[in-house]
Amino acid sequence: MQVHKYDVVIVGAGGAGMRAAIESGQRARTAVLTKLYPTRSHTGAAQGGMCAALANVEEDNWEWHTFDTVKGGDYIVDQDAAEVMAKEAIDAVLDLEKMGLPFNRTPEGKIDQRRFGGHTRDHGKAAVRRACYAADRTGHMILQTLYQNCVKHNVEFYNEYYVLDLLMVEEEAFREDGTAYQQKRVAGVVSYDLATGELHVFQAKSVIFASGGAGKVFKTTSNAHTLTGDGMGIAFRSGLPLEDMEFFQFHPTGLAGLGILLTEGARGEGAILRNSDGERFMERYAPTIKDLAPRDIVARAMANEVREGRGCGPNKDYVLLDLTHLEPEHIESKLPDITEFARTYLGVEPFTDPVPVYPTAHYAMGGVPTNIETEVLQDNDTVIPGLYAAGETACVSVHGANRLGTNSLLDINVFGRRAGIAAAKYAQDADFVELPENPDALVTAQLEGLLSSTGTENVAALRKTLQDTMDAKVQVFRDEKSLTEALEVIEDLRKRYKNVSIQDKGKRFNLDLLEAVELGFLLDLAEVMTTAALHRKESRGGHYREDYPNRDDENFMIHSMAYRDHNATTEGISGIRLETKPVVVTRYQPMERKY
Amino acid sequence: MSTELPEPPSKIELKAGVGGGGEIPTFNITLRVRRYLPETTAEAYWEDFKLTMYGTDRVLDALHKVKWDHDGSLSFRRSCAHGVCGSDAMRINGRNRLACKTLLKDLDTSKPITVEAIKGLPLEKDLIVDMEPFFQSYREIMPFLITKGHEPTKERIQSAEERAVFDDTTKCILCAACTSSCPVFWTDGQYFGPAAIVNAHRFIFDSRDEAGDMRLEILNDKEGVWRCRTTFNCSEACPRGIQVTKAIAEVKQAILSRTV
Repeated sequence: MQVHKYDVVIVGAGGAGMRAAIESGQRARTAVLTKLYPTRSHTGAAQGGMCAALANVEEDNWEWHTFDTVKGGDYIVDQDAAEVMAKEAIDAVLDLEKMGLPFNRTPEGKIDQRRFGGHTRDHGKAAVRRACYAADRTGHMILQTLYQNCVKHNVEFYNEYYVLDLLMVEEEAFREDGTAYQQKRVAGVVSYDLATGELHVFQAKSVIFASGGAGKVFKTTSNAHTLTGDGMGIAFRSGLPLEDMEFFQFHPTGLAGLGILLTEGARGEGAILRNSDGERFMERYAPTIKDLAPRDIVARAMANEVREGRGCGPNKDYVLLDLTHLEPEHIESKLPDITEFARTYLGVEPFTDPVPVYPTAHYAMGGVPTNIETEVLQDNDTVIPGLYAAGETACVSVHGANRLGTNSLLDINVFGRRAGIAAAKYAQDADFVELPENPDALVTAQLEGLLSSTGTENVAALRKTLQDTMDAKVQVFRDEKSLTEALEVIEDLRKRYKNVSIQDKGKRFNLDLLEAVELGFLLDLAEVMTTAALHRKESRGGHYREDYPNRDDENFMIHSMAYRDHNATTEGISGIRLETKPVVVTRYQPMERKY
Repeated sequence: MSTELPEPPSKIELKAGVGGGGEIPTFNITLRVRRYLPETTAEAYWEDFKLTMYGTDRVLDALHKVKWDHDGSLSFRRSCAHGVCGSDAMRINGRNRLACKTLLKDLDTSKPITVEAIKGLPLEKDLIVDMEPFFQSYREIMPFLITKGHEPTKERIQSAEERAVFDDTTKCILCAACTSSCPVFWTDGQYFGPAAIVNAHRFIFDSRDEAGDMRLEILNDKEGVWRCRTTFNCSEACPRGIQVTKAIAEVKQAILSRTV
């Protein structure tokens, strides 16, 4: 085991991690640990754009953007955080342009903007052009630009170092009212070098978690194979809460059967959805902005069309994304990648034929709770000194019950930057926290257990059962029965997981071992998501309960906070404690959500 | 700028059989993988796996099937699985391609499908190579925007035409399919290689950048663009459809004329 010492350690090298690194790296000695190579991160798969009220092509302002974000999140967004994001969005886009990002341009040479779901003029009057974009590879250009600037600033990367544990110490502290509590402090992280199989402990004054999402809980997902919720899982196992995990976004337009993302920007450029009758069905569900309604509404409409028998194809199990009325030249210049995906993976020519699509698991609105300074919370209001989180791993909460399209690229830039600055500033004044004795003990035991296991269970088989179950039962539509059934399967899988074994016993690039570890995180997170979904007896944003079809502000206008607690039982699941946290409301009182 | 379009009709007649359909066919393949497990055997060897696959499956799905159902030690990098992250460049039937973007049905499945690691970079295990020399060349061409003078308050102005000049080379995902398909790179690992030149092109031809001369000087080196023998392997290998050889030619031309 080697020990390294840095002021700031960043876990994850996607958009949030690298945006943080650009700030932190210029202020403090910084290391970035990633289980991939930085340019492989899934930020690069984002397509459509990044919203900011630049008003380059039509009237717009950040207050409208704030409102849209709050309403889009079905009012469970923390409004102070949404305001920070919408305000800082403008500089976030301009910063990227100055770093070199090749945005598409207007005839005047300014950054061009296009329409996107749920982004509106003057509080919902009509769709507005707010999304700044680079064709349909905006995420690719953001990831490349941030990596380029990390190269420029000589940021130190540890590639293919998989972080497996967060090291914290606890000390007795006292609240203002004199009551004692255990204050957590961050000491560092433990990582596994994939190339050699060696453990490396990184002692750090500040740690930023920016390790992305957990979409691989599901089978049909736009997410990469590597998005296994490691950061959220580590935090949860370390006794930190996870906020709002019941809210998972299904993106309306995944390639049918495959889940590969086709950007909402397609609809922003004029594409529409049709059912088997050739009907533009979104006119019925969202009369004002139709196909540009927020994702939860569109995904539900699609699923409803299919279950009412108006699905397309031999099994009537998808709808169609129709671009055929658009000029091929327009499609080619604005949406070259997604049209190629349709051709490559489904053999459909989007210029002449509509493309089969169905909702695909896309984004975790919930995550590790932070305040607007990106400081991680160990409960509703106690900050853990030196620990930060940003991006999909975190929940600040700007996305509430349903994230608006483009707001994730915005989130990683705004809060990634904030995390980098805050973590470096903290490190300048703080001392190192002493590492616990045998800092790698937990990870060593975990890995040795897996390597030496002679159990009969197979990682891939358990993962497949989990993903099939989540796809079937924790979907766009859910109810008590489906969620309870899902939890029964998950509990069984968690038991069986203790008996998994792997075939590769080597030290070099043991990706067999890696997948076994990842499955452990997936199982933990699936359990939390489903338990929280069962507990929230209302419908809000991406969480739609058929047995409770209405929003219930009286009882559920609150964040959920799930803790690992071996003495607690929630919804029949032992080991999880669910608490609540108030929503920050500043300007906007909850209203009925219509589009 | 987005053009204003008329509203599409609320209802249309769909063509018969729209969206394709029918049962997805299955077929049998032999996947012939070049294995290298340095902890157990000194030499690389070929291993065959007989698999039943579906019509929509890609080479990556076949590799996963081996790893998940047959041999967990088979090692390869992958992440996004739809051709944008650049993790899974490999030699498939002797040609550099992304495993996640190569559909099995498009290959000749009557013969074994061969899969091996990309060439020219140190082999680590099975299909995994050491990417560090590749990224080192990339870093050497200063792959970031360099400007002089004060930063503008708002964005830098760039016309759509100026933006279009380097559009093709912004697509690069750094998968190394081009560089590791280049015969010059195989014999001379010091050569910058096509990917680094593509990324230099992306900045040399960006109207906002002011360090074109420095980059051209770097690529005028004996290990620079002049090593390119215009074999077009790189253009054929690029999974993003970048016209790599054309980009290299434009850089050569710019060095000669110093018009940038």
